[in-house]
Amino acid sequence: MDLESLYQEIILDHYKNPRGKGLREPFQAEVHHVNPTCGDEITLRVEIEDGAVADVSYDGMGCSISQASASVLFEQLVGQRIGQGMATFDEFLALMQGRGTVEPDEDILGDAVAFAGVAKYPARVKCALLAWMAWKDAVAQAVASTPEASA
Amino acid sequence: MTVLHQPVAGLLDFEAVAADFPILARTVRGGNRLVYLDSGATSQKPTAVLDAERSFYTRHNAAVHRGAHLLAEEATDAYEHARQRIADLVGAQPRELVFTKNATEAINLVSYSFSNATAKAQHGRALPDGAERFVLRPGDEIVVTEMEHHANLVPWQEVADKTGAVLRWIGVTEEGRLDLDHPEHGLSVINERTRVVALTHQSNVLGTVTPVGLVAEAAHAVGALVVLDACQSVPHMPVDVEALGADYVAFSGHKMLGPSGIGVLWGRYELLESMPPFLTGGSMIEVVRMEGSTFAPPPQRFEAGVPMAAQAVGLGAAVDYLEGLRSADGALSGMAAVASHEHALTQYALESLTEVPGVRVVGPLDAEARGSAVSFVVDGIHAHDVGQVLDDRGVEVRVGHHCAWPLHRRFGVAATARATFYVYNGPSDVDDLVAAVRHAQSFFGVA
Ligand SMILES: Cc1ncc(COP(=O)(O)O)c(C=O)c1O
Repeated sequence: MDLESLYQEIILDHYKNPRGKGLREPFQAEVHHVNPTCGDEITLRVEIEDGAVADVSYDGMGCSISQASASVLFEQLVGQRIGQGMATFDEFLALMQGRGTVEPDEDILGDAVAFAGVAKYPARVKCALLAWMAWKDAVAQAVASTPEASA
Repeated sequence: MTVLHQPVAGLLDFEAVAADFPILARTVRGGNRLVYLDSGATSQKPTAVLDAERSFYTRHNAAVHRGAHLLAEEATDAYEHARQRIADLVGAQPRELVFTKNATEAINLVSYSFSNATAKAQHGRALPDGAERFVLRPGDEIVVTEMEHHANLVPWQEVADKTGAVLRWIGVTEEGRLDLDHPEHGLSVINERTRVVALTHQSNVLGTVTPVGLVAEAAHAVGALVVLDACQSVPHMPVDVEALGADYVAFSGHKMLGPSGIGVLWGRYELLESMPPFLTGGSMIEVVRMEGSTFAPPPQRFEAGVPMAAQAVGLGAAVDYLEGLRSADGALSGMAAVASHEHALTQYALESLTEVPGVRVVGPLDAEARGSAVSFVVDGIHAHDVGQVLDDRGVEVRVGHHCAWPLHRRFGVAATARATFYVYNGPSDVDDLVAAVRHAQSFFGVA
């Protein structure tokens, strides 16, 4: 029963049919993040245009949770203004670190609410956060490299 | 599917053994029976070990090797008695046996001897007689293997970086054995420039038992020292440090039914004597003056500060427990009985897992010269996800690279699931593992 709350249908669907996967041009920043405990890794690129996330492209290997969360991130964050994207990131981070006590806000998180069950498995939280941490890092680099991007 | 039969010969009376381990009676997630298959990471502890630690604290606790009151005497005796018991287990003399925090620290104790001796020599500072053996120069070589746990790899990379020495390694065959005949990464990497060879006795991933004697012979022929990581051998098979051919042997108490916080370094006495200290401070000195200090003889030279006396006592009790085990048919006792039990379980696990379509074992499929670590991948399911489904059914295995990342890279996998067996496991644990793996396949729709 717990297993189904962890591996929600939405997660398995994103895992089997990842959205936006594969590295694309153009991009302003590319980062490579690893999860040292399990060896999962992701390469992620972001393209910022007029203060909005124009594209997020990624490739990597990892478990269903880490792969699905990258796919959900793509769906959720592409098209958002940077500020809005950061707010979504914060909401997702709070959900993941909440040990199952945080009520997810579906308006902000979209499909990412499906990860609520992951928060009850501390060992898997890092998997869910891998792509999101990479995204935050990449956005920060993109903004730093092109000051006008944050306008 | 052929029907496999649970082994009977060579086993311990594992149900009686399991009854000595209180934790094994608990249930996990959803009320499942706990099937603990992660003893390779750390073993569970029998009541005898817990009681020994508790009784040390309730009756004899004092700072060891300090003070002259009754409790200090009793605590020191208990600590030194534990050293004797552990020395007996591995055929060593107690004075050759140093207590450390864990095997990682034991290996670092040796690796730091090289970098510390090298640094002191560069500045013309005093070194013990014979310390020249530990002074490395650019161009000197250190040899490790591709199947090392990070604990026996990273310290040597650090020594190389600090001294200018070159790190070389022996590769691993597709089957998971040391590739001694490889033209570039074979035994021939050991040459007249080699100063130290560090290798594992038994891989914590592949289960492979390495030909230590052969490697040690090649090392000694060129005057190199041999450091053996025995973390996965001493808990599981009879080990005689003198017969192995290594110069140093490191292992951890927590993997052999003992408490956490205690590890062991065995070293040949004349080598320990010629090593500069590692951690420094109280207890390890001979004379201290403001201008400088001299150091106690081994093993005290390497036991700075108030030691982990209760843990040593607990480990001594673990040794007593292991030596008291008998195979169910009465034919074997002690570590020989432990090895026979695990051999039977390993064989059964290898047969059972390889029966499952889509499961691939990484490591020798043959239980000869092989311990009980059985690592595997399941086609179409990441190891993390396999582990999660197993955990949901109470089957606790390790997932990831098991601190052997280069080895996983060698086999082209990011992660594996690993089952390890110990004295309290029985054939039905293997059955539960296999059933849970099949369940994972159906859960993820790959079978
Ligand atoms: C082969 C091997 N070497 C070294 C270690 C390190 O042991 P510890 O973490 O107790 O220092 C382990 C255990 O994880 C191991 O399996």
